[in-house]
Amino acid sequence: MNTSSENTIRIYVMGSAYEVPRGLTIMSAMEHAGWRFTRGAGCRSGFCGACSTVYRQEGDYRLRFVLACQTEAEDGMYLVQLPFTPAPRVSYTLAELNPDENVLLQHYPEIARCVSCNTCTKACPQDIEVMDYIQAALRGDIAQTASLSFDCIQCGLCSMRCPADIKHYHMAQMARRIYGRYMSPVTAHLEERIAEIEKGVYEEEVEALVKMTRSELEEIYAARVVE
Amino acid sequence: MRESIARVEATRPARLQAGPPPAMTPAEREKVLAEFHPDYKAEKKRALSIGVSAGNVVPSEVADMLEAHLLVDPAKIDLSSVDYDVDVLIIGGGGAGTVAAIFAHQEGIPAENILIVTKLRHGDCNSTMAQGGIQAADRPEDSPAIHYIDVMGGGHYANKPELVQAMVDDAPEIIRWHEELGVMYDKENGEYMEAHGGGTSRKRMHSCKDYTGKAIFNPIRDEARNLGIPTLEFSPVIELLLDGEGKAAGAITYNLETGEYRVIRAKATVLATGGFGRMHIQKFPTTNHYGATADGLVIAYRAGANLLDMDSVQYHPTGVAYPSAILGQLATEKLRSQGAMPINADGEVFVYPLEPRDVEAAAIIRECWSREKGVETVSGVRGVWLDTPMIDEIHGEGTLKDWLAAMWTMWHRHGIDITKDPALVYPTLHYQNGGVEIEADGETSVPGLFAGGEVEGGVHGKNRLMGNSLLGYNVFGRRAGIAAAKWAKSKKNKIKTLSLQHAVDFEQQLIDAGIETDIQSPMLLPDYRSKSVLERSLGRFL
Repeated sequence: MNTSSENTIRIYVMGSAYEVPRGLTIMSAMEHAGWRFTRGAGCRSGFCGACSTVYRQEGDYRLRFVLACQTEAEDGMYLVQLPFTPAPRVSYTLAELNPDENVLLQHYPEIARCVSCNTCTKACPQDIEVMDYIQAALRGDIAQTASLSFDCIQCGLCSMRCPADIKHYHMAQMARRIYGRYMSPVTAHLEERIAEIEKGVYEEEVEALVKMTRSELEEIYAARVVE
Repeated sequence: MRESIARVEATRPARLQAGPPPAMTPAEREKVLAEFHPDYKAEKKRALSIGVSAGNVVPSEVADMLEAHLLVDPAKIDLSSVDYDVDVLIIGGGGAGTVAAIFAHQEGIPAENILIVTKLRHGDCNSTMAQGGIQAADRPEDSPAIHYIDVMGGGHYANKPELVQAMVDDAPEIIRWHEELGVMYDKENGEYMEAHGGGTSRKRMHSCKDYTGKAIFNPIRDEARNLGIPTLEFSPVIELLLDGEGKAAGAITYNLETGEYRVIRAKATVLATGGFGRMHIQKFPTTNHYGATADGLVIAYRAGANLLDMDSVQYHPTGVAYPSAILGQLATEKLRSQGAMPINADGEVFVYPLEPRDVEAAAIIRECWSREKGVETVSGVRGVWLDTPMIDEIHGEGTLKDWLAAMWTMWHRHGIDITKDPALVYPTLHYQNGGVEIEADGETSVPGLFAGGEVEGGVHGKNRLMGNSLLGYNVFGRRAGIAAAKWAKSKKNKIKTLSLQHAVDFEQQLIDAGIETDIQSPMLLPDYRSKSVLERSLGRFL
């Protein structure tokens, strides 16, 4: 059944039908229909993972997974929001970890339950190869786990769908932190600069700037050479 | 639009060859700002008539929110029953608040004696949305002194010098702390990949692709969780508490889901509530998160905190102008750092791509509404092109998709491939430049109340540079957390009584000044329900 007109579409929010203007995101369409969110709206720009949304398109059997703030509402969408995932996370002390190839498996042993069904990947609104990074974690490849999961916004849809109850996004966060601390090369000049600041190398110069009048600063600013 | 894109494509090879046009002189900058920047429209602002900063000129929307009735009658609150009794209360679960919590703990406050309260979830904040980068002068070609000059010039010399000094001096140490937390900074051959931002004279922008905010904030939040720092979510503060002697003593929270209030007594309080983008100053769309409604300014002002530089608002030069579904969302400055030029409807370059944000924004507004060289969309929005395909032309195919993945994905979800076509952009409300005045350790003019992050005023003067918000929340979140811990540990700062008298008094001042308003504040959340729904609304019965 075609329910749309030139300017409006029909969406179903948890089963109830609403006519809304075309060209709105799912989030704005629901607000237009009268919702005022507490749950299910956060950054409204696709970075926080608060607005995980599941929908089915009229006439289709598949469930699809998107962010309500990043996806345009379309005619015939049956929508529900899942803004919270009760996934447990494991606490750890990063500085005292042994970052070997077993560390992820030790903290999140359920990753070994992965049956390679790829449901997590299909559920990811960020198009991350979730199953691939779970497999990388199983192999002990922390760098690969970190890099494949880099765009994760921790919305939790992967863990909500996983038949093996894996907590993908918490494990991946841990992998990225291990990579960042233990495997990413340290830039030497950072330490050099910190040592210089601690020794007071720039103190006099900055103090002099702090005491300057506006016009003195303007002069220096105008004479800057841009790299 | 297609015809205009063809004109952009036609001039692209020559522009790639020639490089960017020269930057404006200081005099040219002043001229374009005065004529076209929204901040320079005097009729859109007014002076505050009550409170400590009476006489200060602020955007009318801010004045309306500050000079508004209390949300709740203090007589309804029973202060004799304390629900949480803590050493350090942190208001706001974004970047500054979480950093403050970690450093208060490092300074010796046990995790269970710290409490983060936040309006939405822990991490629903602007910190996590930042894309482009964080500044720190760590290269041999750079220095804290050069960083200082860039910040002061960008801020029109209104910044508090000692705050800028603190920020540039702490910056490298903050990056090292992030390394210890496991933040995955972009590196090449073991060196940071550092880029320019608008108004910088050295390349000092550290990035994590274009997810820099998320890639920094999430490990910080993860660390707070590892430390077991308690968090109360969906519980915005509706009023601060004082102790009867004018010292901060905690706060009243409101549970957004059950409607209950809670009384929190705290020896020290850190204000980390972020900014005001969702007030839509001058009806601009915004890049900000859903809860950016100036609550911190409102409650702090009633408690007697001084405000600074609240007359200036940051409009990010490049918000999305098309498609309208994502109008006003951020197109990171990193796109310009990596070579994308703003181009008008005729395919001409009209501005140096990396002017300070206020200047760049004003130049785009001038192009659209004075020189009439903008591109108009079907919904009547005007914008200019950001020539994103230049990025791969300069750095090689695949660069944009690899290093600006969030940007590529955002447009791709709406059927636009920004490696092939330019993106249409227009300024969008982005940042609260001013705020609650702080000293170098985050102290406000209210004893026992500390502030850090976007809610503070003084660091950025009248215009913040790219990469100094992520830096600022780390530097002053840390300093505020440490100072709050020290304050809480000092025996002389005991809380004797809890009082809301300052709120009662503020309401009286409102009446005495003859201010007539229907507005109650803090606002807590914007209301985007349609007019047709609101006109027929009977309220909620259950």
